[in-house]
Amino acid sequence: MSQSTAMQDRKPSAGGVNTTFLWIEIKRMLRNRRTIMFTVLMPAIFFFIFGLSNKNQQLPNGHSYGQYILISLTVYAAMTAATGAGSQVAVERAQGWSRQLRLTPLLPGAYIAVKAAAALTLSLVAVIAQFVIGAIAGVTMDAQTWLTAGLVAWVGSLVFAALGLFVGYLMPSQNVMQILGPALAILAMLGGLFMPIEIMGDTFGTIAKFTPAYGIGQLARSPITGEFDALWIVNVLVWLAIFVGGAAMAFRRDTSRV
Amino acid sequence: MTTPGVPAVHAAGLYKSFGKVQAVRGLDLTVQQGEVVAFLGPNGAGKTTTIDMILGLSTPDAGEVSIFGHTPRGAISRGQVAAVMQTGGLLRDISVRETVQLTAAMFDSARPVDEVLTRAGILDIADRRVEKCSGGQQQRLRFAMALVSDPGLLILDEPTTGMDVAGRRDFWSAIRDDASRGRTVIFATHYLEEADAYADRIVLVRQGTVVADGTAAQIKNLASGRTVRASLPAGDRPLLAGLPPADHVEFDGGRVTVRTADSDSVARFLLTTTGAHDLEIVANNLEEAFVALTADEAGTTAAAAAMEGERA
Repeated sequence: MSQSTAMQDRKPSAGGVNTTFLWIEIKRMLRNRRTIMFTVLMPAIFFFIFGLSNKNQQLPNGHSYGQYILISLTVYAAMTAATGAGSQVAVERAQGWSRQLRLTPLLPGAYIAVKAAAALTLSLVAVIAQFVIGAIAGVTMDAQTWLTAGLVAWVGSLVFAALGLFVGYLMPSQNVMQILGPALAILAMLGGLFMPIEIMGDTFGTIAKFTPAYGIGQLARSPITGEFDALWIVNVLVWLAIFVGGAAMAFRRDTSRV
Repeated sequence: MTTPGVPAVHAAGLYKSFGKVQAVRGLDLTVQQGEVVAFLGPNGAGKTTTIDMILGLSTPDAGEVSIFGHTPRGAISRGQVAAVMQTGGLLRDISVRETVQLTAAMFDSARPVDEVLTRAGILDIADRRVEKCSGGQQQRLRFAMALVSDPGLLILDEPTTGMDVAGRRDFWSAIRDDASRGRTVIFATHYLEEADAYADRIVLVRQGTVVADGTAAQIKNLASGRTVRASLPAGDRPLLAGLPPADHVEFDGGRVTVRTADSDSVARFLLTTTGAHDLEIVANNLEEAFVALTADEAGTTAAAAAMEGERA
């Protein structure tokens, strides 16, 4: 009873980041059919529709269009996975779970860290699934290209995990992904993930450079395009800052109101 | 360790408004360790608002709260307080066992999962998805989650709302078993029988403030003792202007009902001065006390004043 309640804080180590918490979060995501549909199935279908038919066409620098579209759609899959995972906080808020967590020693930062880790786990699944599908379909790349492109798509998805958290804290909806899904498709298109920016025309080509999927896509494809621009990294970091800042603000607003 | 003698809950001068609605106005409450206290009041009396402030889920506009001498957040960090809320607070897509495992993962030392599931009486449904559980089972799950940190203080906000009679009885027997081990329990309810049957002490709240505080027997006495009923000819009603002091008078058809501390004088007056007949005198039950204390402005003030005198 209370006598066993030690004088010191009983905050869990690392503020509550632990494997039980993370594992249950991951199980929850993998059980969710809708999540799997958005993160694995839809990008795969896009690849079969848009990628396979043009697989053997050449980019100006001699690389195959198949590689280009596979990497682009992998970035799309990873960003959808991470956004979806982050946005689940909307469901948890609606179910009163975030309020319940405030009755435990769990630190808000630890909660966010676990959410981000779970989002990264899901986006890793998405990246691997996309690459396996691409490889089976006959896309070949050297090991370093697979690795670089995969890492950029995966780590870059953190930007979208933050976007998911931001929107998840902002909106009361249980179906937040029904709004985010189409929004992500538009961002992917504007960011050059569905078609090369070069064929978009000047206006859209210029707008593209300021959208959040652009930098990650360009960086992920740089092993095959052979190009690099520091502005791409700036694009990623600025959007990360915007979404993390927005999420932090929405989180504070949410907890002060409950 | 919780220092002996430090109150489990000490709340002083709590105020909370939502817009123009004053939900809590100057509420004081001290609960000693080991007490089982019912926080009784009609819907809208400010019970949930007060509990939210005690738990630190909302900040009082004025006043102070301490739990075992700590701030609410400090007590939560130490695992000294847990709560069973009225609704929500559960993830629908995980199992009963996973919910408790997850809650246990938030504390640095927690009771074994199977132990709390057993104590809450839900070990047999441990693998059931939360969304498939009945309201009563979900409430037991909230109770199990609250037991995980083995808190010195357990707060329950209308825990049996929506349960059937058998479910309520089972739930309370689990709570009662648990409280017998020395845990301090505060529960909000608007069911009189729950307060009467399960609490050592009843704190009656009305319009955001405490109107009476004592054992069930004391509260019953507070409602000014007795109720006198009699049939009264309609023409005699004006004569009641001369009635001895009464807390409450009401008419129902040809019957008059008088709540009073001095039933002898009222009865004598009715039988001698008016044409009253078929007179009966009954001791107030808790329900009448509740109605008298929470509904009638004058009665409330008188009763609260009487209570002050009695406790002093």
